[in-house]
Amino acid sequence: MGQITLQDVQKSFGPVHIIKGADLDIADGSFVVFVGPSGCGKTTLLRLIAGLEDVSGGKILIDGKNVVDTPPAKRGLSMVFQSYALYPHMSVRGNIGFGLKMAGLSKDETNRKVEAAAATLNLTPYLDRKPRELSGGQRQRVAIGRAIVREPKAFLFDEPLSNLDAALRVQMRIEVTRLQKQLGTTAIYVTHDQVEAMTMADKIVVLNGGKIEQYGSPLQLYEKPANLFVAGFIGSPKMNFVTGELARQQGAATIGVRPEHLKIERDGTGGWQGTIAVAEHLGSDTFLYVDAGPLGMLTARYIGELSLHAGDHVSLVPEPARIHRFDESGNALRG
Amino acid sequence: MARKETTQRVVISTIGAWFFGFLIFFPILWMVLASFKTELEAFAIPPSFLFFHWTTENYVTVQERSDYLHHAMNSIIIAGGSTLIALLIAIPAAWSMAFSPTKRTKDILLWMLSTKMMPPVGVLVPIYLIYKSFGLLDSRIGLVFILCLGNLPIVIWMLFTYFKEIPRDILEAARMDGATIGRELVYVLTPMAIPGLASTMLLNLILAWNEAFWTLNLATSDAAPLTTFIASYSSPEGLFWAKLSAASTLAIAPILVLGWFSQKQLVRGLTFGAVK
Repeated sequence: MGQITLQDVQKSFGPVHIIKGADLDIADGSFVVFVGPSGCGKTTLLRLIAGLEDVSGGKILIDGKNVVDTPPAKRGLSMVFQSYALYPHMSVRGNIGFGLKMAGLSKDETNRKVEAAAATLNLTPYLDRKPRELSGGQRQRVAIGRAIVREPKAFLFDEPLSNLDAALRVQMRIEVTRLQKQLGTTAIYVTHDQVEAMTMADKIVVLNGGKIEQYGSPLQLYEKPANLFVAGFIGSPKMNFVTGELARQQGAATIGVRPEHLKIERDGTGGWQGTIAVAEHLGSDTFLYVDAGPLGMLTARYIGELSLHAGDHVSLVPEPARIHRFDESGNALRG
Repeated sequence: MARKETTQRVVISTIGAWFFGFLIFFPILWMVLASFKTELEAFAIPPSFLFFHWTTENYVTVQERSDYLHHAMNSIIIAGGSTLIALLIAIPAAWSMAFSPTKRTKDILLWMLSTKMMPPVGVLVPIYLIYKSFGLLDSRIGLVFILCLGNLPIVIWMLFTYFKEIPRDILEAARMDGATIGRELVYVLTPMAIPGLASTMLLNLILAWNEAFWTLNLATSDAAPLTTFIASYSSPEGLFWAKLSAASTLAIAPILVLGWFSQKQLVRGLTFGAVK
């Protein structure tokens, strides 16, 4: 079991409020991603759950039991750090088995479990190597091995892939997701990369300035962002925002349209007129950055190749059903 | 643009490096050479460099006149003892300042260092009087105590910088793995800090071994270490260059050998954390 509930969790360092009252319900076995810009408090929130920081207020329940006064090791969670945090003087075997050794397991039992974990992560040939003799991806796998071997109630991942190169990151992303599904253990994963969040999560928590902006499935966040911040943060390229008269016509202070929901018309007369400033041809997609005069810069995405170039005149027609409306304080207007 | 490594450049810089290396090493070389000369040749101007009458007579005289082993044993006890006690105090101190610093940690560190800015001679009289009333004059315990206190700020500073280099994440990982503070120290931190501990220990040994101010002023015979042994050849009957050199060579020999064998560890320790 690994159900985690946060009730009005707060954290301040001196006069600075880092977490301003977080409420969250994480179901057993789910993969939850905390995402947000740097300094939004996502890592702090994870460290509060881990017990590496003490809460300033509120409750953290693990399987219904309040753990705010329980030391980290007794919470039954294991953590994978951004820097891997492997013990440099121990072999891979020593690293993975350290937690079991601390728990007082017999040597045979420790070895059996370490070898099983190593087999799952393809680390068997490296068991007797030191961390410095491993590549970045292998080190990351050792850190994950150290987490899974203890059979915790939940895994906590603190930006575990940010030190890897792009190709390896994609591969590890899939491996981590597959492993979590296979083990069925609750996982909380912190990242600033919204693509990682969208691809890995069952549910995403978007944090900004120490507050939870929205909690929902990736598609919910994409289709029904609760406010301007979530609308702008989720989705790549970013959503286009338009204010002023055009927004007022829709009964909103700001309207937003995602680049993929703008129909691109060559020499069209309807919609929003503009001149292409930059055109990016990726083969699979074409991104157009259009200077639309008073509306500012707009981004449009076309699936497939579109032979338009900088300087060409286009008109962008938003799909009416896909226009997001926001009020003055930035909250989404529905209906 | 990368710097060009021409043969000419390599030759010039090699010669330069050897020249400066020789310049720095010269006093020790000169001392060793003088110890094998007669007193007359040791004084001679112009001095002879290698072509003189080589003799081991000075070493024989020095050993006959004063008991080298007695002084050497005192040096070992005083330098070793003060280093050991300094480390026992400094490890927990540096540990707590590196891993749970408070707002005042920086001030405390600076305050400790400031005690090294005070000239020892300024407190010689009060310390001498205190030692006299406690019967610590010319005692090994008294010297161990004063040298330990004198070097403690440097030891704490060095250890503090080493411990600072140990990533916090690793300690937190150990905590998540269920290690108590004691086990964290034994299994994780100490093995990682060994190069730093070793170089701090060695540096402190050298400093305590060569410390001359307090050892000369607070010890005369019973507890007198090798520094007193050397000094006895510069007074009072006159200056004996050759014998002084022989005594000095004997005095620095143990620490020189120790330093030679641990130089790799020392360099690693002194540059610890400089490159990731």
